[in-house]
Amino acid sequence: MRTASSVFRTLSASVPRTLAGLVAAMSFMACIHVAAAQDAGSNPPPAAAASTGYTPVNADGQIEVILKDHVFQPSEIRIPPDTPIQLLVKNQDATADEFDSTALRIEKVIGGGSQGIVRLRGLKPGRYPFMGEFHAATAQGVVIVE
Amino acid sequence: MLAALIIVFREVLEAGLIVGVVLAASRGIRHRGLYVAGGVLAGVLGAAIIAVFADQISNLFDGTGQEILNAIVLAVAVVMLVWTGLWMSTHGRQLTEEIKTVGKDVVEGRKPLTALAIVVAAAVLREGFEVVLFLYGVVAAGGTTAASIAIGGFLGILAGAAVSALLYLGIVAIPLKHVFSAISVLITLLAAGLAAQSIGLLQSAGYFEVWADPLWDTSNILTEDSIVGRVLHSLVGYTAQPSGLQLVAYIGVIVITVVLTRAIRRPVSHKS
Repeated sequence: MRTASSVFRTLSASVPRTLAGLVAAMSFMACIHVAAAQDAGSNPPPAAAASTGYTPVNADGQIEVILKDHVFQPSEIRIPPDTPIQLLVKNQDATADEFDSTALRIEKVIGGGSQGIVRLRGLKPGRYPFMGEFHAATAQGVVIVE
Repeated sequence: MLAALIIVFREVLEAGLIVGVVLAASRGIRHRGLYVAGGVLAGVLGAAIIAVFADQISNLFDGTGQEILNAIVLAVAVVMLVWTGLWMSTHGRQLTEEIKTVGKDVVEGRKPLTALAIVVAAAVLREGFEVVLFLYGVVAAGGTTAASIAIGGFLGILAGAAVSALLYLGIVAIPLKHVFSAISVLITLLAAGLAAQSIGLLQSAGYFEVWADPLWDTSNILTEDSIVGRVLHSLVGYTAQPSGLQLVAYIGVIVITVVLTRAIRRPVSHKS
């Protein structure tokens, strides 16, 4: 391992070119990021029916979420705080999608006509959005912990 | 088209940043292009095979097959990166000398190439799997939009490769005297980040429930979905909400690398 000052010199020596590259990269990515936001905004997810209480579970204690025509049903999942629970995500579309949520720290590919288990640990009260990454324009949902 | 571009771009970028670091690390070593290309090819083939058996894999181990497979792929990449980092920190000076005196592509250094090819294959495999499934879905759905989505996917690959190339150029612009120590640092952080990701996957599948709660949440400062967040996530393992065990894995890889480097360097005689 080199000394800290050597590492610093290393970094500072290459800063100009690296910076130029990074700026170019960032601005490119910023463009598609903004475009993506507009893309998603043009197709808002369908509003969920007003729900009373928590989302019901099946016999195995799992909440069943159906993905059909690239829309989650239910798209609003209400669960109590600090309670680990599983989502059984059934993909009824012909093609695969990825259940993706940064807030829930979950990434899981679910094949077409297949199903997958998403494990939620005990969560603090709040809203945790998720999406089907391959069809993010329509496949949007949220876990509401209250 | 735009949605396809973004999805493919993200995945290609995540793999591409790792390939960029690997290319920089193998600078001046003969036949490196062959090994890196071989790694990419193996990764793409592996991704296609895994995509075909996606459902069977998912159903293994009580529905956690996918997470376990991804975690293993990442763990293999971590081991290979640490090994390469050790090799570089002991041979970096020698490499520098040889590049300076004899010019490029003459260094006898097969050793790290296989390890680096495996790292490339692992990175491409992990990210490529999603691209393959996504694009297959588009093709299977058919229709007039398929062509435009395919174009978007292709543009995404180009854009991801272009940004990765910028990273590579940025690294190799570092003066020769410092480049190998800089790459050693980068490789160590890359390995640490991948180790934390691996643990994160296993924890999301319900394994290793110790220290599973997030230690902190910096998503209000920098979200992982943002551009900078994604790049930092890929390169140095930035995580907005790391669990305790993820942090342990991250620091553990750094400590192990530093300790091993010291241990190897203690005998002054350099073996090549």
